[in-house]
Parts: sequence; C-alpha cells; structure tokens
Amino acid sequence: MAISEAVNQRAFARAPRRGAATLLLEDERWLAAALLLPTVILLGLFIAYPFVEGVLLSVSNARVGIPGHFVGLANFTALLSDSIFRVAVWNTFVYTAVATVLKLALGLWLALLLNRHFRGKAFTRAFILLPFIIPTVLSTFAWKWMFDPTFSVINWTLFQFGLIHGRINWLGNPDLALISVIIVNVWRGVPFFAISLLAGLQTINPELQEAAAIDGAKPWQRFWHVTWPLLLPVTMVVMLFSIIQTFADFQLVYVLTGGGPANATQLFATYAYQVGVGTGLLSEGAAISLAMFPFLLIIVVVQLLYIRRVEVH
Amino acid sequence: MIEGAKWRRWVYFYIPLGAFIVWLLFPFYWMLVTSVRPDRELYRPWMAPNYAPFWTAHPTLVHVVDLLTETLFARWMLNTLFIAIVSTIISLFCGLLAGYALARLKFPFGGSLGTGIFITYLVPQTLLFIPLADIIRNFQLGDTPWALVLTYPTFLIPFCTWLLMGYFKAIPRELEECARIDGATRWKAMLYIIFPIAVPGILSAGIFAFTLSWNEFIYALVFLSSAEQKTVAVGVTSELVRGDVFYWGQLMAGALLGSIPVAFIYSFFVEYYVAGLTGSVKG
Amino acid sequence: MARVLLRNLNRMYDEVPAVKDVNLEIRDKEFVVLVGPSGCGKTTTLRMVAGLESITSGEVLIGDTVVNDLPPMDRDIAMVFQNYALYPHMSVYDNMAFGLKMRGVDRAEIGKRVQEAADILGIGEYLKRKPRQLSGGQRQRVALGRAIVRHPQVFLFDEPLSNLDAKLRVQMRVELKKLHSRLNTTAVYVTHDQVEAMTLGDRVVVMRGGEVQQVGEPLELYNAPANRFVAGFLGSPAMNFAAVRVSNGASGLRADSPGFSIDVPSEIDPRLRPYAGREVTMGIRPEDLHIANGGDPPGLCLDGIVEVVERLGAEILLDLQVGGQTMVVSVEPTVRAQRGDKLRFVLRPNRLHFFDPASEAAI
Repeated sequence: MAISEAVNQRAFARAPRRGAATLLLEDERWLAAALLLPTVILLGLFIAYPFVEGVLLSVSNARVGIPGHFVGLANFTALLSDSIFRVAVWNTFVYTAVATVLKLALGLWLALLLNRHFRGKAFTRAFILLPFIIPTVLSTFAWKWMFDPTFSVINWTLFQFGLIHGRINWLGNPDLALISVIIVNVWRGVPFFAISLLAGLQTINPELQEAAAIDGAKPWQRFWHVTWPLLLPVTMVVMLFSIIQTFADFQLVYVLTGGGPANATQLFATYAYQVGVGTGLLSEGAAISLAMFPFLLIIVVVQLLYIRRVEVH
Repeated sequence: MIEGAKWRRWVYFYIPLGAFIVWLLFPFYWMLVTSVRPDRELYRPWMAPNYAPFWTAHPTLVHVVDLLTETLFARWMLNTLFIAIVSTIISLFCGLLAGYALARLKFPFGGSLGTGIFITYLVPQTLLFIPLADIIRNFQLGDTPWALVLTYPTFLIPFCTWLLMGYFKAIPRELEECARIDGATRWKAMLYIIFPIAVPGILSAGIFAFTLSWNEFIYALVFLSSAEQKTVAVGVTSELVRGDVFYWGQLMAGALLGSIPVAFIYSFFVEYYVAGLTGSVKG
Repeated sequence: MARVLLRNLNRMYDEVPAVKDVNLEIRDKEFVVLVGPSGCGKTTTLRMVAGLESITSGEVLIGDTVVNDLPPMDRDIAMVFQNYALYPHMSVYDNMAFGLKMRGVDRAEIGKRVQEAADILGIGEYLKRKPRQLSGGQRQRVALGRAIVRHPQVFLFDEPLSNLDAKLRVQMRVELKKLHSRLNTTAVYVTHDQVEAMTLGDRVVVMRGGEVQQVGEPLELYNAPANRFVAGFLGSPAMNFAAVRVSNGASGLRADSPGFSIDVPSEIDPRLRPYAGREVTMGIRPEDLHIANGGDPPGLCLDGIVEVVERLGAEILLDLQVGGQTMVVSVEPTVRAQRGDKLRFVLRPNRLHFFDPASEAAI
C-alpha cells in the first residue's frame, strides 16, 4: 500500500527549521502582544495621553500659545461659583434625563409596532434608521430651518390646525429652546432605540407569548410579565450607551442654538468649547470637559457591572 | 398575530406607525424641497397667504449649482471621503488583530485590557477634544487630514474590536486548532481560516466605522481651520453661514448631497449595518 | 517507529488536576482507544499529544522526539474533531488540500493525494462542494480525508462519530476499522462510547478522574477488569453488583447476601480467603446468569422476582428484585416471563468477580 510505504520510508523528527520570529509568534502571549500593539499605541497616544494632558491642563493656567504653570484646583473652584457653569450642569442633566426617557418610551413603542408582521416591514425598518445614520449636523440644519420663526413649516402646520394663533420662536425663546433641542435629540435617537430593542424582541421566543396567552394573560400583562423582563438586558445596555452620548452631546446644540439664548441650552460640551476654543482659555475649557468625567465614570461602572452580572447568569 | 377589529388595527397600529414615519422622515423631505426651491419662494414667511410648504411650483437646481461652483463643497466631499476611508481601514486593521487576540488568546492582563478597550469605546469625543487639540498642534498635525485620520480610530477601534470579538467568539475553536495541526502557524490560521469566516462581521464593522467617521463633527471642527481642509459637516456649518446670514437653499442642498454617500452605502448594506448596530450594544 | 509515549503526564487547570500522572506507550501502527466518562481527562490527554494543550509536567514523545515544546504544526500528526471542523469557506478539495499547501507540497502532488484519499473514502464527486452542502456522513468522510492526505505519523481522533446518528455510526465504525488496517498508521482515538472502544481498539485505555484505570486488549478488560469502575463501565447492560459477606462454610468460602447465598468457586478461594468475615462487592454480568433447571447445584443459584421485562429482539432483559437488590439478567428471546414471576437463576462460577469494598480493586 502506497501510503504506508511512504510513512515508513520517511525520516522521523523532521521538524522543519523555523525562524525565531515564527516560533515567538506561536507563543500565545507574544502573539497577543504583537496583535495588540497597534491598538495600544493608537489608543495610548490619542486617548490615554490626552487624558493625562487634560488633567494637567485643568490644573494649570495655560492659554493658547502660553504654556502656563500649576495653579492647583483653582479652575475647578472657580467653576463652582460660575453661574453659567451651574446652568450648564443643570441643563445637561435635564437634557439627558428627559431625552433618554422619551427615547426609551417612543423607541420601545416603535419597536413593538415594527415587531408585527406587515407588508413592507423590511423597507420601513430601513427607512426609519435614516435619522440615525445621516450626519447629525446636516440633519440638524433641516430642523433649524424648520424651527425658523419666520419661515417655520411647523408653525404653519400648527396654525392650519388651529392649535396656535401667533408665531412660536422655537429656538429664540429661552423657555422653549431646551425643549426644541430635546425634540431633535429624541428624533435622532429613537431609531437607534427602536432597532436595537427590535433586535432584542426578535430573540424572545414567540412560544412564550403563546404560552402566556394560553395561561390567560391579557396583552398588557403579556408585555409586562413576559416581554419586558426578557428585554431588560438589551434595554439597559442601549440606555446606558444613549445616556453617555446624550450627556456629552455637542453638535445638536452647537448647530441649533450655540448654547443660547442666554445660555438656556448651554451644556457641558458646548460651554467647554466656548471657553476652551472660542476664548482660548485652554485650562478652563479642559476643566469644564473633565467635570463631566465623574458622571461618565459612574455610568460606565454601572454598565460594566451590569454586563458582568448578565454574563454570569 | 392576534387579530382584532379593523378599527383597532388602525388605532393601535397604522396611525401610530404612520405618525412615527412622518415624524422621522419629514426633515429629509424638507431638505429636498428646500434645496430645489427658488429663493423668492424660500423666503416667504409662513404667515403669507401664498406660503406653500410641501411643494414648489418652480423647482430649480440653482442652489446645487451654486454650492458646487461657488463653494469648496466638492473639495469637502473628497476630504471627508479620504479621511473616512483611511481611518476605517486603520481601525479595521487594528480592530481585527486586537479583537482576535482578546477573543482567542490567553495572556496576562487579557481581561483588564479588554475592559480598558471597552471603556475607551465609551469615552465621548467631547471629553478630550481640548487637550487633544493641543497634542495635535504639538505633533504638527493641525489643519491636515492626518489629524482626523489618526484620531478617529480612537473611537472606531474600540467599536470594531468589540464587534469583531463577538464574531470571533462565535467561530468554533476547532477550526483553527485543526488548521494548526494541518501545519499552519497561529498567524496563518488566523489569516486564512478565521478572518475569511468573519467577513460578514468585517463588513458590518467597516460600514459602521465609515458612517461614524463621515458623521464626526467636533474633532473636525476643532482640528481643522482652513476652508479647503474641512470636512462636509464642518464646511457646511462654517462656510455656508456667513455672519448671521444663512444660505438655506445651499445649506439644504449641501446637507442632502453630504448625506448621499452614507445613505448610498447604507442602502446596499442595511442588514450589515443593523447587525453592526445591534452587535455593538450586545457586548 | 511512530510510537507515542506519555511519561508522567500531568495537566492542571487552576490547581485542579485534569490529567494525573499518565504513563502510556502507544506502539507503532497500533490503534489505541482512550475511553471514559466525560471529564475523565481523555480529551485533555489527546490534546496534549496534539500540542493544543500545554503540558503541566511530564513528557510526550512522538517517535523518539520529545515534542513538549513543538507547536502542533511541527508534530506531523493529523486530527479528526468531533464536529469535523471543516473550513466552511473552502470547498471539499481545498479543505483536504489545506494541510499540504501549508507544508509547501507542490500542486501536482496535492492533486494526486487528494484524489487518492477521495477515492478511498468515496467522496470524489463532492470535491467542488462546500461543507454546508454535505450530509453529516459526508462531512465525516471529508474530515477523515483531510487527515489521511497528510500521511501523518499519528492519527488523533476526538470522538469523531458522536455527531452521527446511530445507524451511520455503526457503519462508519466498520469503515474506520478497515481504513486503519489499510493505512497501517498509529492512531489514538478518544470516545465515551464503550462499544466503539471495544470494537475499534487494538488496546483500550480506561480513564477516570484524570487517571488511567486499566490498559489492555478489549476482551482482557471485559473478562478481567482491574477494578469495579472498569467492570461497570464496559459492557451493556452493565455488570450487576451486590454487597456480600464472605464466610467460612462447611465446603469452603460462602458469599452471603439477604437474597442469596453462593458457594465461592475453589479457584477464587485463596484470593478471597483474607476477606473472610468481611463484606466485599460481588459482580456478575447479565449474560452470566441463566434460568436454572432442576439439576443445577443449589450453591450457585439465586431467586429473583421479575420487575420489568425489556424485549430487545435478540435478547430479553429482566430486571430482577433479589433480596432487596436489583439485578439485570439477559435471557433467550424465547423465554416467556412476566412481571411478578418468581424465577430461579444459576450463575457461571468462573465469571464471578469480587472487588475490595474500600479500594474497589479486583480481588
């Protein structure tokens, strides 16, 4: 038999000669190091290093072009008595809380609607994601134009339905501006919630719904006792992601109001930009940005703990 | 589905869904109508009796022509395209290697490194843009595309890594073990066996990364200053608004044209995009 | 000369031993089966031979070379996995050719070898297909083909048949046996299925808890198990065990339990004598009990009440109640027995096994 002869004739222990690099990369630890090197360099250079630099900046009095020297926590104590900063903090929390709740509620509603069978479902789902994928700045301009007090199509529509009698200055009125900005944020975020939650809904075995229906549960009870608990892990992760994004939002406000009128829509990020880039007060700007950090850290820790807990189960 | 009376279907399904669709898509329709509307119709107050919001009697391409001839819009498109493609390639390269290492290899501090990358995934750009601008200046990268090509991967790599890790974990270990017994080095087993199988994941990650970099705003706003270096998002924002004057026709034409590349790619790869989106929150 | 030698082989997972001090020589061209319940360390042992699992201590030799530090690619082995591990993005041909390409074999030779293997396995017509277009049995053949084109020194099999349905498994078992005699190469085969182990192995290694329990030819293990675990693991239905008390009777040793009392055969007598007055475990296989007729010596008989009758066709299994203990007996299919019948059985004295109750070792 040809094969067995071939085996017999061959010299044994004929491990081919391998280069040192090849053998080194056969060791898991060295291979891992090599594979992670580009990532670690890039993230180190443009995340870790800027973070350290940001901390250093925030405890100095640097300006654009002027290195500055150490001033301790002076920038942060100054912020505490800065009335605009306090308004920005308040706005950011209101903005994040209201927008997140609305996005979750509307997103879940839309996900439940899309989870039914109807003609053109794939098509609808594809179109509904548009607000999320189109560059935010560009679509926000469309909203800014729709909010324009003189030429507003929204005002015209409301007027035609007899809901208003005068003109509404959506972005110019300090009481309305934050609401308007929230509307746009919700508009942009709902598709993300809806599609993510829809994916979560689709992993729930329909037999559970049928079993609950046979057990006599009404639609609302079926949702509350079967769907919602099973959807909770996805919901939590989506919400935490969204909270971080909303909390640190910049572009919407920058385009719509620039933080105005009278700082009514000023957020952490827009204020940091105004101070750090607009006026060139690097250290104060860095301090305002970094003031976000504790809140973000809490959310990230919650998220990590939650993911770990879900993974354990 | 549990069927009910016809009116119930309307009240609980068609009307809400229709309202959602109108609300979510109307701004795009508005962009389109505005960009083909002549100025004399455009600047007609909504109180005016002849205000006709939803259509235009005299469609015109004058805004589009102006945008392409009088502004650097075409240049911004090319800039954005270049930056998005190069940063996507860099991020995919790094994300593939790092994702494989984290998903498959055992090494000291592997877990904490994975957590570290996940945390950078959550770092918003607005946290670091001021010190980063300083660093970009020190590296002599200010006002060049490289400022963005090198910084966009900071949020793209963690995303790609995280997404691809999920794909790699779903590939049976035996495949690469078999390849290694068949005579492949670990490196070749990864290259010839694992990566080809993960192609759907690579596509998802790539498309997602491309749209993310196309849409990025604050880094581009802060790191670029001269008009001919700008990206679409920044160019439209800063160059089409002069002082207090908004050139709405051009703005909307720019918004529309600037959205086309992402919308185009998206339309071809909806499923991959959705897979990327849902994969990114699954963790 | 492609023997495989395991010397004091150990593998720890976070301080928990998975393989404990395994010593084993697999001779050239021998087909050795590692068998045991899941978690017994058989797969870990195989993976250490393959180089997929690091070795905590001890040595693995293939041929005369210590291969501990050799990566899998340089060990000149081939392995067939439980889930086949076919590369889903490659055609059957490319799957089989991959190992040869990696080793730089030239194209003509690759084509020749793939064709040769495909002919042996009867998969010549599928060479252009992708794995997902094949049935389970065909995939199994491709996985085998991929291993044999390589002409390796040693074949490793990790439960290759367990994903097949029962009928196909029997068929592939026979083919594997034929294939081995044709290829005449050393093979190490891991399975949890004792029937596979008995039918395929030139020698069988029974493992439990990371330790080798017994090594030997199949019938040697079946007829003379080294301990109670091996006795119970091999054979279906499993050996019956009963706790008996050894005592000195008028005509030699006796083994007593609540349901029966048996004269210990004289050839076992000397070994069992030290246990006189103590309790030991007695074992008897289901096929070594028969329905008694009047002439059988009463010292070898026991009475049982039939609880369950399982008619398998070629045989009938009776679950008996014997003085508070359950025993299974295999009887001729012609026997008419019903639940509740009280029957008398005679056992074959030379097929009795006794085990030390503490160490479980055979006496």
